[in-house]
Amino acid sequence: MSEHAATSPSSVPADNGHFIELRGVRKAFGAQEVLRGIDLSLRHGETLCIIGPSGEGKTVLMKHIIGLIQPDSGDVIVGGIRVNGLREREMAPIRRKVSMLFQGAALFDNLTVAENVAFPLWERGLRDRSEIDRRVREALSAVDLTEHSHKYPTNLSGGMRKRTGIARAIIDHSECILYDEPNSGLDPIGSDIIDRMIQRMQRRFGVTSIIVTHDMRSIGKIADRVAMLYRGVLHFLGSPAELERCADPIVQNFIHGRSDTAA
Amino acid sequence: MVAWWGFLILMPQIGNPLALPGRVMLHFLVYLGQLAALCRELWTALCSGVWRLRLVAQQIVAIGYGSQGVVIVTGAFTGAVFTFQTYAKFKDFGVETTVGAVVSVALCRELGPVLAGLMVAGRVGAAMAADIGTMKVTEQVDALRVMGVHPVDYLVLPRFLAMMISMPFLVAESISFGLAASYAVSTLGYEMPSAWYVTHMLEHTNMQDLSIGMIKGFVFGIIITLISCHQGLMAENGAVGVGAGTTRAVVISSLVMLIVNFFLSVLLNYIFPIGTA
Repeated sequence: MSEHAATSPSSVPADNGHFIELRGVRKAFGAQEVLRGIDLSLRHGETLCIIGPSGEGKTVLMKHIIGLIQPDSGDVIVGGIRVNGLREREMAPIRRKVSMLFQGAALFDNLTVAENVAFPLWERGLRDRSEIDRRVREALSAVDLTEHSHKYPTNLSGGMRKRTGIARAIIDHSECILYDEPNSGLDPIGSDIIDRMIQRMQRRFGVTSIIVTHDMRSIGKIADRVAMLYRGVLHFLGSPAELERCADPIVQNFIHGRSDTAA
Repeated sequence: MVAWWGFLILMPQIGNPLALPGRVMLHFLVYLGQLAALCRELWTALCSGVWRLRLVAQQIVAIGYGSQGVVIVTGAFTGAVFTFQTYAKFKDFGVETTVGAVVSVALCRELGPVLAGLMVAGRVGAAMAADIGTMKVTEQVDALRVMGVHPVDYLVLPRFLAMMISMPFLVAESISFGLAASYAVSTLGYEMPSAWYVTHMLEHTNMQDLSIGMIKGFVFGIIITLISCHQGLMAENGAVGVGAGTTRAVVISSLVMLIVNFFLSVLLNYIFPIGTA
């Protein structure tokens, strides 16, 4: 058992205006150590893009924030609440503040697009049909899917599924949204729609966003800061402009898609 | 020599043979622990009072209504063949008129609930494990968790409640159609007077026999739901994992049901002895 798993869940004072804080987070799956002491913090309303080679633990890091994965050691603090060590049913207050778009959208196969998008509202106790319909229309129109609301996920393209997932993630106006590769599988125009929507969420509602992405164009448009995860540690953390200027060959090779020193 | 070479080849795969019993026991205890944790979460969900009745109704249609065909056919042909086989032997002893009584008690106490349970395990248990397992490997279960919905509340509780409601009815159907088929074989096939069959059957079958069948159906429903949902929730490694979990769900729930049936029969026969009204 990790040293922190044994501690009782407790509130942690939000001392410095940070909405999310990761302190020395370590995680291993068997012999493979994926995260090797991650320290990271995000202010309210900030947009952070996480980049890095595939299989370096970007999604794992994101799942720590919403309590889908518990760290072996270290602390994950969201909205002043220590997430690690909480039991599943004790996560509800965190999950009312944070929503997530999964890499494969994770839509419910037995529900239509509109029902999928309405699901968080329904589960949080909203029963006013006209209010639910209004918010579903609003969310679907933000991702340009209004005329597909009656379809089932199996009848959607990959990009449409992803956009439905985004509509579901934004519908209940969470304080923070985690996007796991929102642009993958989208054409350039679809990708631009998503980028604009993320910016709009940030401007209108002050949403804190963490975006795992490989799309370097999106980073310039939406990120306040960029973190590069490499071999289990944060190899780079700074603004998009600093990322461009960074002389580190690993960073430069990654952002320009050169494979010669990837290993 | 061949055995020795076989041992050397398999050794790396099976590990130290001396450690095998320990490993098996460890796996068994872990499995029991996971089932116990699932029971605790199910109890918490049950006590929360949020039962999602629309989902329960959907599951009743899928489990109860959808399983009627297989349960009726199984019950009917079991009753028919049981009558067909026992009639000849009973005739040797001159007690062929008691076939109705024997078939009735056997169907109520054992064959009805066990065969209905096995058919439901095959049909419904497999579907539960496959549905939940597919949701697990496609991150739909994680999506539920992210939205603050406990997977046991949303996926297991409605299936559990639907199974509790459906199983006794399915067992009753299995028994009824088994008896109807037995009656048909006796009276039409062997030309036994209808009154003999019915009188002996009613004389020797009582509410206790029927209660045993219902209680067993209820318990088997719990076993099938817990084991199948657990396999679904534990599924990993994509489609292969879902397939393996589905197979395990059917095999384990069928075996556990047969084992529990023995001990349940001993207990229930102690509470409701055969032949007492």
